[in-house]
Amino acid sequence: MTFIAALTMFVLAVFLGVELIAKVPPTLHTPLMSGSNAISGITLVGAMVSAGTDHSTLTSVLGFVAVVLATINVVGGFLVTHRMLAMFGPKRKRAPEAAK
Amino acid sequence: MSETISQLGYLIAAILFILGIKGLGKPRTAVRGNLLGSLGMLLAIVVTLADQQIISYGWLAAGLGIGAAVGVVFAQRVEMTSMPQLVALFNGFGGLASVLVASASFVEAVDTETDDSQLAVAAALTLIIGAVTFSGSVIAFAKLQGLMSTGAIGAGILRPATAVLALGAIAVSAAMVTDATTDLWLYLLIATGTLLGLSLVLPIGGGDMPVVIALLNSLSGLAASATGFVLSNALLIIAGSLVGASGLILTIVMCVGMNRTLFNVMFGGIAPSGGGADADEVYAGKVRQTNADEVALMLDSASKVIIIPGYGLAVAQAQHATRELTKLLQDNGSEVSFAIHPVAGRMPGHMNVLLAEAEVDYEQLIEMDTANPQFPECDVAIVLGANDVVNPVAREVGSPISGMPILDADKARSVIVIKRSLSAGFAGIPNPLFAADNALMLFADGKQAVSDINRAFREL
Repeated sequence: MTFIAALTMFVLAVFLGVELIAKVPPTLHTPLMSGSNAISGITLVGAMVSAGTDHSTLTSVLGFVAVVLATINVVGGFLVTHRMLAMFGPKRKRAPEAAK
Repeated sequence: MSETISQLGYLIAAILFILGIKGLGKPRTAVRGNLLGSLGMLLAIVVTLADQQIISYGWLAAGLGIGAAVGVVFAQRVEMTSMPQLVALFNGFGGLASVLVASASFVEAVDTETDDSQLAVAAALTLIIGAVTFSGSVIAFAKLQGLMSTGAIGAGILRPATAVLALGAIAVSAAMVTDATTDLWLYLLIATGTLLGLSLVLPIGGGDMPVVIALLNSLSGLAASATGFVLSNALLIIAGSLVGASGLILTIVMCVGMNRTLFNVMFGGIAPSGGGADADEVYAGKVRQTNADEVALMLDSASKVIIIPGYGLAVAQAQHATRELTKLLQDNGSEVSFAIHPVAGRMPGHMNVLLAEAEVDYEQLIEMDTANPQFPECDVAIVLGANDVVNPVAREVGSPISGMPILDADKARSVIVIKRSLSAGFAGIPNPLFAADNALMLFADGKQAVSDINRAFREL
């Protein structure tokens, strides 16, 4: 991939990210943050390549540690977000009943 | 062919991330959004495992297994009050993982004598951003967890040090790009970046943590994105920059909530309490105390009650007692709502999560702009563990918090402040609201006070 292609992708994705987040209500700020935090664990993909290609012992060790850390980030992030959102859940169902 | 299939798989994963973040932004679709995001991640992992480059699966499986197990434990065990620490820790892990990946790529390039300046530039950027994210997050974690003082530490020395370290990081990066024949630059750059993270976050006080957490979140995304430049991986670039952008938006929202610029939060700090009136002048002879029985009587005749929760409520673990109080008041015919300041709690939206955990109805939570016009018709405002966000001094010129948007609790007919003492908030200044004619202080632990009010209310 050329540098310009990569940079184009980067800039467009930043703009997209700003558009996606601009009007999120405060109630969802914390889950949004922990959920997007889990997505930033995507560096796991790079870590897996480093750990799995067997280039040298050093790169394998670096890759292995990176896989562990990134996986904690990914799994923990998505799960804790789910746990938080579940707490918002029942109240949303109750609200329409109250409206009646 | 296989390469094309991998790339298509990554493209679908990127789409799932976009839909996931979009979904997380609306209450009705948030759960689905999070699931779509995790599905995207799963797809990315499967596609990577199928990659032909990977020849050694044993360690990979072990790493994924250990990471997943630890992640599950963290996610299940964490208290909602500790959510900011957990997010800080995860940010740090993500940042460090990016540092390690970029290091491995650079080491490999040095070993194979690949002179690739694009890789070196991207690796240098990843190392700086990742190392700053890592060490900054560790400090944020330590401050939030109470492992170290939450105050500003060493601002006088560290602020100039930050500038020196930033210049140093640029110099080492330049050396690394022009001379990609040794690992030395790599280690130097990691060390410089780590120190830079320390010098950036140590001088930031506990009250500014919501901004710091949001900013570190943004940086962890940017580190992943920079790693994508190192590996020429489109998915990392896209996913990382989405997170970088969303973290930045939340950072700005938090800064606006305090009427401060990001630069001021990072490098200015709240001015030390100079200039303002001293506590004795403000409080002497004017503070009136109350007790649970009196508060219960007031609340019995109140038709509109607004509760202003601050982090003190969470520290006292008073959420559940407060939820019980709202139920008692509602059964008594009062209208009860919670006015949430944008920076209540220790991270964006933290107070909402804490109240949701205590099963406070989410329709009862109102934002500052909705709440403020309602205070003049409010019979009783209860300030529970909040301080600076209801300090009317913010409306005047020349105080450390001038211009900060506040909740107009002082405009309510009566104000009850539940607080252990008259001690100052993060801004370190006295709060004239506590001495106002319409204000009564209930000096007690938050949970104890609310439980006492509940009991007194039932006995009426």
